[in-house]
Amino acid sequence: MNIVVCVKYVPDATADRSFDSSDSTVDREGVDGLLSELDEYAVEQALLAAEDGDGEVTVLTVGPADAADAVRKALQMGADKGVHVEDDDIAGSDAVATSLILAKALGTLEYDLVFFGMSSTDGTMGVVPTMVAERLGLPAVTYGSEITVDGSTVTVRRDGDVATETITATAPAVVSVTDQSGEPRYPSFKGIMAAKKKPVEDLTLSDLGIDASEVGLGAAWTKVLSFAPRPPRSAGEIVTDEGDGGTKLAEFLASKKFV
Amino acid sequence: MPAERLMPTEESIDLIALTRDIVDRELRPRVDAAERAASFPREVFRTLGRAGLLGLPYPEEYGGGGQPYEVYLQVVEEIASAWASVGVGTSVHALSCFGLFTAGTDEQKQRWLPDMLGGELLGAYCLSEAHAGSDPAAMRTRAVRVGDEYVIDGAKAWTTHGGEADFYKVMARTSEGSRGISCFLVPADTPGLVADNPEDKMGLMGSTTATMLFDGVRVPAERRLGEEGQGLSIALAGLDSGRLGIAAVATGVAQGALDVAVAYARERESFGKPIIEHQGLAFVLADMAAAVESARATYLAAARLKDAGRPFSRQASIAKLVATDNAMRVTTDAVQVLGGAGYTKDFPVERYMREVKVMQIFEGTNQIQRLVISRGLAR
Repeated sequence: MNIVVCVKYVPDATADRSFDSSDSTVDREGVDGLLSELDEYAVEQALLAAEDGDGEVTVLTVGPADAADAVRKALQMGADKGVHVEDDDIAGSDAVATSLILAKALGTLEYDLVFFGMSSTDGTMGVVPTMVAERLGLPAVTYGSEITVDGSTVTVRRDGDVATETITATAPAVVSVTDQSGEPRYPSFKGIMAAKKKPVEDLTLSDLGIDASEVGLGAAWTKVLSFAPRPPRSAGEIVTDEGDGGTKLAEFLASKKFV
Repeated sequence: MPAERLMPTEESIDLIALTRDIVDRELRPRVDAAERAASFPREVFRTLGRAGLLGLPYPEEYGGGGQPYEVYLQVVEEIASAWASVGVGTSVHALSCFGLFTAGTDEQKQRWLPDMLGGELLGAYCLSEAHAGSDPAAMRTRAVRVGDEYVIDGAKAWTTHGGEADFYKVMARTSEGSRGISCFLVPADTPGLVADNPEDKMGLMGSTTATMLFDGVRVPAERRLGEEGQGLSIALAGLDSGRLGIAAVATGVAQGALDVAVAYARERESFGKPIIEHQGLAFVLADMAAAVESARATYLAAARLKDAGRPFSRQASIAKLVATDNAMRVTTDAVQVLGGAGYTKDFPVERYMREVKVMQIFEGTNQIQRLVISRGLAR
């Protein structure tokens, strides 16, 4: 069972994140980046699924030079090799362009399953897994909270608001996993040492036969027109109950369209 | 604010990042409740062990991390900055493996060291006795050779991880005099070995301290480390390294106290501005920062001597003395910066202050450190 895990290098969600005023994209200079925490769950599930067999786990990322840190973290956790697609023309790509690059890169790899986190922690759109599956003509099973691989069959439990579904798919297939799928392991120091010797292949757009006009900010289907920092929190309104507290609370909730 | 560190290699940078990740996710959420309940965090040590953080200063061929003390101690400091008991435990575990590594035969090392460094086992060492602390040569616990075994009888005081550890490095008397002490590696489940009730301490409540009672404990002779009579020198050789460990722990706690104090002083306002903008208080914080960073520089200077294979005994004592005295001052000042809030258990600084006090006492009191330093000067 060969598995590719698609991961994203994101700005640290616990840091002060902002947009770059020149092109309204995420400012990557002023903040530390890391492997998206939600993608760690995908790496964990891929490692578990590959543990019993003789297959390999390949970690694939599309991102700037620093995104190599995300690949390295996954290799330290136990993935076998990495692929890093890096090209200046990719900057500003939307989900559609990202899915194109990932699909083309997957075309150069051998895989039975493709794992994703449920979404990134920065864009939080959660659409890339299905877009990649659509481009590759593969079944997509998303938001898995329990993943079982048996032979070439993957069984996925999806916990919805009103029902729990159990879905099976036959490899090759695309699976995205939630943060309920099982805590990701920490790297070990031995893993850190071993990762230094694991191969990472660097690819460019031309390696994948993608024209620069198909990706990047210019090709994006959506555009950030303006942005503003979240206003500082103002003091709350204190309601004194003079027998009409319930009415006042209901009016407040109605005024905010909560009820 | 995390300490600024100049690490020697790329893997050591990743190692510090891994340590901070585990500290933030596994230690910080648990420390307060565990210290209040005096519960020993065995699971936390398993997490550290599986990540390879309990065997860092030992060679890779025995399952260690092959890291210099310069790197290992900074990992210990990072752990202690969040949880002093676990920092102390990490240092004690490393020290409990030291005797086997330095005095064991190749066969002994290959047989036991990989398990001891592999992360699933936790170690302790038994040197002090109720009447023999700073003067370990006064110990009375006896090991009597009977055929292929030694029979150990006595009581070893102040054993960190006493009753929790999987193995004990034990110093016991095989003949009279300071050259009559031998060193043994005793599995925790050996019949006759039990822990007395844990000490009810001022701090480090998450680190169990107990007297280990030896009642006819039979240990195979193959578990003696080194020759008969070498025990005290094996123990004392380990103490220099242990002192560096405690210096790193104290520096970590002091860093933690400084971080809390600075964060509080930026937020808390009096007379219309944050108290950090009042010079009287700002200078207290400046002195705290200077004390933390000079303690770090001092233990790293000693560690680099050790890593280079040079004598470092005096520098280890200086590092232990400076780092723990500085940490006592820094944590006391942190309580002062927080004022009344600092005296409550709503903030961790009162705990830091209680925790650091013992660091001026154990692993050689700071008076003993001055003795070691001054004797070195007199030679």
